[in-house]
Amino acid sequence: MTKLSRLTALIVAALLALTACSGSSAQSGPKSLRMTVWTANEAHLKLLNEIAAEYKASHPDVTEIKFDTIPADGYTTTLTTQIAGGNAPDLAWILEESAPDFVSSGALAPIKAKVEKADELVPSATKLWEKDGELYAYPFSTSPFGLFVNTDLVRELPKTWEQAVAASAGKNLVLPDFKYQNWAVLSAIWRGWGANAWSEDGRTCGFSSQEMKDAMTFVHKAIFTDKAIPGPGTTVDFFAGNAAMAISQISRAGALKDAKFGWTLLPLPQGPKGDYAVIGQAGVGVLKRSKNADAAADFLGFFTNAANSAKLAQFFPPVRQSLLNADTLAKSNPLLKPEQLQSVVIDGISKGVTKPSHQGQEELNQTIRAALDPLWQPDANIGQVLDGVCEKIKPLLERQ
Amino acid sequence: MTFWTYRRRDNLVGYLFVAPALLGSLAFVLIPLGMVGWYSLNEWNVLGGTFEFIGGENYKQLLADEKLRDSLVATAWFAAGLVVLNLSLALLLAVLLNQKLRGTTLFRTLFFSPVLVSLVAWTLVWQLMLQPEGSVNGLLGVFGVDGPNWLRGETTAMVAVIVVQVIKNVGLNMVLFLAALQGVPAPLYEAAKIDGAGAWRRFRSITIPLISPTILLTSIITIVGSLQVFAQIAVLTQGGPGTSTTVLIYYLYQQAFQFHHFGYGATISVLLFVIVAALTLLQWQMRRKWVLHES
Repeated sequence: MTKLSRLTALIVAALLALTACSGSSAQSGPKSLRMTVWTANEAHLKLLNEIAAEYKASHPDVTEIKFDTIPADGYTTTLTTQIAGGNAPDLAWILEESAPDFVSSGALAPIKAKVEKADELVPSATKLWEKDGELYAYPFSTSPFGLFVNTDLVRELPKTWEQAVAASAGKNLVLPDFKYQNWAVLSAIWRGWGANAWSEDGRTCGFSSQEMKDAMTFVHKAIFTDKAIPGPGTTVDFFAGNAAMAISQISRAGALKDAKFGWTLLPLPQGPKGDYAVIGQAGVGVLKRSKNADAAADFLGFFTNAANSAKLAQFFPPVRQSLLNADTLAKSNPLLKPEQLQSVVIDGISKGVTKPSHQGQEELNQTIRAALDPLWQPDANIGQVLDGVCEKIKPLLERQ
Repeated sequence: MTFWTYRRRDNLVGYLFVAPALLGSLAFVLIPLGMVGWYSLNEWNVLGGTFEFIGGENYKQLLADEKLRDSLVATAWFAAGLVVLNLSLALLLAVLLNQKLRGTTLFRTLFFSPVLVSLVAWTLVWQLMLQPEGSVNGLLGVFGVDGPNWLRGETTAMVAVIVVQVIKNVGLNMVLFLAALQGVPAPLYEAAKIDGAGAWRRFRSITIPLISPTILLTSIITIVGSLQVFAQIAVLTQGGPGTSTTVLIYYLYQQAFQFHHFGYGATISVLLFVIVAALTLLQWQMRRKWVLHES
């Protein structure tokens, strides 16, 4: 063999190796599962891994269950990019705003048969994840919005939105996830006025309704006149004690474990339309394209059975009727008092509505965000801006 | 006669030497480029897992897309602002730092150092500084100026994004200009002085023509770079307020990765490719007119 032909052989071998890498082999025998989650919290992951370890012990064919953290910021974008790149996870935690896209597209495998006692799941919580009577993701974490109050700064606890804004004027009423971008968080306020982003069937825009105009006028006044809600571009941290109140999901209560100030949790204040509740949600679904879809669905059934739901309840409020009582929840939520658990969590989950979600949600999100931007100026023409929102999203709502 | 003549052997060795680089650019440049072209002819629903050939539909959509027009306008403003500000500032700094004065090394280091800073870290710090109560407005306050809410106004947001980018990268062009300036022969200036030429005249008639190849190079780099600015927009404004800073590449990202229209996203990237290629070609043609020493 000459030097040259040896070199040629080497290159051919390298090329063969390269092409071999790109080929994929079907999974058989030992299976490994991957689930994408947004949380990087150590306590959360520890609990998830404990449940996974228990499952593996009784299912020797499943050799690995890996929880893959994707940062919450851009979670859905990263997840869909993984799917597009042919690297779909077996199970995925899905945020409520992408629920309609995932459920309607056929990306998820049906799981109802695998869910233990599926009939005891609270209907208001499963609604988002159902199509034609089948369940496509388990509403894994259902977290109502509540009003956190810093009792060092506020003496009299508010019952209505008027009172809440008056009490926090100059002392900050914050919406931690809003940032003048995630407008859907404002539904925690405008539902009190009976306003909605769009109609039940998702075809008619709700931004130009009188209820919405009244609600947004109230929000605008709370920002620019009453100076209660911090203005655009200003960040104030309630959990560090810098704000009188915060509208946030109760799963945030954990951040108050070592709080240096007195605090309490109240249900959302009353609006002109009386009591109401808004919930944020995440579901866990099985990707149809997964090579181990059956094993993944089986694990999901175990992961969400009554016993494990009870364990998970300390971080992720459960949707099982049997667990939704103050006694059970109190065991896993030492930070909250039984009456708070009853009024905010249990009542919230059973009567709450989820944040707005729609097919093509991300495009709607960006379009509405852009159309709402002019509203966040002191001299905004509120009615005109809201009519403009409807004009912009009309074609998107009709497209479904 | 044997097959392996010397010539053929030599050729083979040559091909083998370039093979690694060629394979690399084939795998990571040419094939992806071709695939983008192919995707742009298809409707690709990532979630549903469907991939359907639709011919020129995406290109028809491109022509009718009003948001794309807004985005092109934003891109043009951004690119124009960036190139003018970046090149003039870089040249000014280079001329100043080319003087034989004390401390020039320190200043050169100072102006160049942002180039080395991580882009996202740089942008995040600026985001804090540009807050209504941030240090930029604090500084303006010292001079009695009531600064705006930079990232929330349509014009101020664009200005902010441009300036943040210029300060980040001006050092690179400055160094290129400095090198060019030091290559200008001193006797030319002496001769001009004897002829009675003033400082401005010397700059215009000697410096500019002699460094024109560098001006061409930096303007190509800067224009192409300005069309590819993404992280700053993603961190500072997310394309807002309204759609005022949704430049083409950010719009592409939204369509493909946020709205899941991968096919249409690919179509926009074909458009971006054409624009960059056309601009580069145009500048290359223009060099004959104004770049010295080019035949």
